[in-house]
Amino acid sequence: MTAEIVSIDNLWIFREEHAILEDINLKLERADFLGLIGPNGGGKSTLLKVMLGLIKPDKGRIRIFGMEPEAARARMGYLPQKTIFDQNFPIKVLEVVQMGRFGRTGLFRRYGPADRNAAYCALEAVGMEDRADREIGALSGGEQQRVFVARSLVSDPELLLLDEPTAGVDSSQQTDFYELLCHLNQDMGIAIVLVSHDITAISKYVGKIACLNQRLYYHGSKELTNEDIEKAYGCPVEMIAHGTPHRVLRKHD
Amino acid sequence: MIELQLDLFQYDFMRVALAAGLASAVLCGIIGIYVILNKIVFISDGIAHAAFGGIGLGYFLGFDPLIFGVGSAVLTAVGIGMVSGRARVSEDTAIGVFMATGMALGVMLLTLSKGYARDLYGYLFGNILAVTINDVLLISGLTLAIMLLIYILYKEFLIMSFDPVYGEAIGLPVKSLRLLLLAMVAFSVVVLIKIVGIIMVIALLTIPGAISRQHLKGLPSIMAGSAVLGSIFVTVGLIVSYMLDVPSGATIILTAAIFFFLSTLYSR
Repeated sequence: MTAEIVSIDNLWIFREEHAILEDINLKLERADFLGLIGPNGGGKSTLLKVMLGLIKPDKGRIRIFGMEPEAARARMGYLPQKTIFDQNFPIKVLEVVQMGRFGRTGLFRRYGPADRNAAYCALEAVGMEDRADREIGALSGGEQQRVFVARSLVSDPELLLLDEPTAGVDSSQQTDFYELLCHLNQDMGIAIVLVSHDITAISKYVGKIACLNQRLYYHGSKELTNEDIEKAYGCPVEMIAHGTPHRVLRKHD
Repeated sequence: MIELQLDLFQYDFMRVALAAGLASAVLCGIIGIYVILNKIVFISDGIAHAAFGGIGLGYFLGFDPLIFGVGSAVLTAVGIGMVSGRARVSEDTAIGVFMATGMALGVMLLTLSKGYARDLYGYLFGNILAVTINDVLLISGLTLAIMLLIYILYKEFLIMSFDPVYGEAIGLPVKSLRLLLLAMVAFSVVVLIKIVGIIMVIALLTIPGAISRQHLKGLPSIMAGSAVLGSIFVTVGLIVSYMLDVPSGATIILTAAIFFFLSTLYSR
C-alpha cells in the first residue's frame, strides 16, 4: 500500500520538558538519498535513533516500511556516530561484519553458512573482501570505516542510516567513501540517510538535503533557502551558492 | 624433581588441591578473557571484596558462607549498576564504596562470630590445601555451566564486548548480557576465593588471559591458551609452595606474575 520507506508525521521528542525534536515531518521513498545537516545538538543522532526505534516519540507518528520502527529494524542498516573499540580486540574483519546479521539470526542461534556468505558479499561491496581474515585493528581508519559500512549492509537493508560516517576518515578516502554510497544508492536501490555537518562535501552526492535544529527544514529537494539555514543554525550565514557545492560559514562567534 | 612430584601427589589433599586448581584454571581462562575485553577488572575486584561481607554474614548466622558470599557478590554487581549514573556517582566511585563496605562488614561479622575468626586469613589469602572434594565438584560444575552459557551466547557476548553501542542499536539486550556476565564473574570469584583468596583473586582472573592475548589470535584460541597457562601456574605454584613451605595462594600468583612480566618483555 505504501511506497514510503520512512513516514514521520508531527513527531515530537522531549527530554526533561525541553523539546529536542519539534514537529518533525519527513517522507522518504525507495532509493532516496537524504543528507541531514544541522548544528551540534540539533537532534540529528536523536532522529536516527527514533527511526531505529531506540527512542519512542512523545507525540506524533513514525512508520518505517509502514511498520513500527522496532519491527522494521531487521530491514535497516545502521552506522553509529563513532565506533570506539579496542584496537587490539582479537576479532577478524569477517566476524565484525557478521555482527550485522544478529537481527536476522536472533538470540541463541549460531551464524550459518548464509551469514558467512552475506558477510563476504558485504565486504566485496565495500571493496574489502581481501581483508576478511585480517584482525580489525590491523586496518587503517578508512578501511575500518568501510568494514563498519559492510556491517551495516550485511543484513541486506533497504534503508541505511549513517551517522557522520566520514569522521576520522582522511579527505582522499572520503571521496571514495561517498562514491561507494552513491553506488549503493543508485545501483542497489538502497535508501540512505546520511548525517553530516559537512554540507560542501555531501551536497555533491546526496539527492535531497534537510537541515535539522529541533525543527526540520526540508522541501523534499536539494534546495534549502538562506532563511532555512539561518533559522536552523540560529545565526546569520554567508552562503556561496553558485549551484553546488554550497558552503555555509558562520559570520562570527 | 619428578620423584618429588610423585611423592608430593601421593597425598589425597594434594590431589584434591591440584584438581581444584586445574578446574579453576579453566574457569579463569574463559571468564577472565571477558573480564579483560570488557574492561571490568576493577568491578570484578570490587565484587570479590564485597563477597567478603556475605561470607561474614554466613558465618555470623551459621549458614554456608560461600552461598552468602555468592549472594552478596551478585547483589553487589547489581547494586553497582543501579547506583552508578545516579546522583552524580560514577561507576568506579560506586565500586570503591561497595568493595570497602563489603570488606568492613566481613571483618566486623567474622570477629563477632567467636571461634571462626581464624578462618579470616584463609578467606583473604586463600588456602588451596583446605579445599575439599565437594569444592572440586562445585568448581567443576560451575565451569561446565559457564562454558555452556558462553557457547550458547558466544555471538551475543562478542558483540557486547566489541561494540556495545552498536549492539544496543541493533536490538541486542546489552544491559541484561552485562549483568549476566557480572553474575558469572561473581560466581567465579567466590569459588576462586578458596584457591587464592579475596585479595589476589583478580590476578588469577586476569594474568593468564593477558599473557595468552599477547601471543595468540582469535578468541577461542586465546581462551584455550589462557586455561593452559592457568593450569601451569597452579601446578607450579602448588609444587613450589610445598617444597619451600610457603603460602600456596601467594606462590601461584607470584608464578603467574613472573610469567606475565617475562611475556611482556618478550612480546615488546
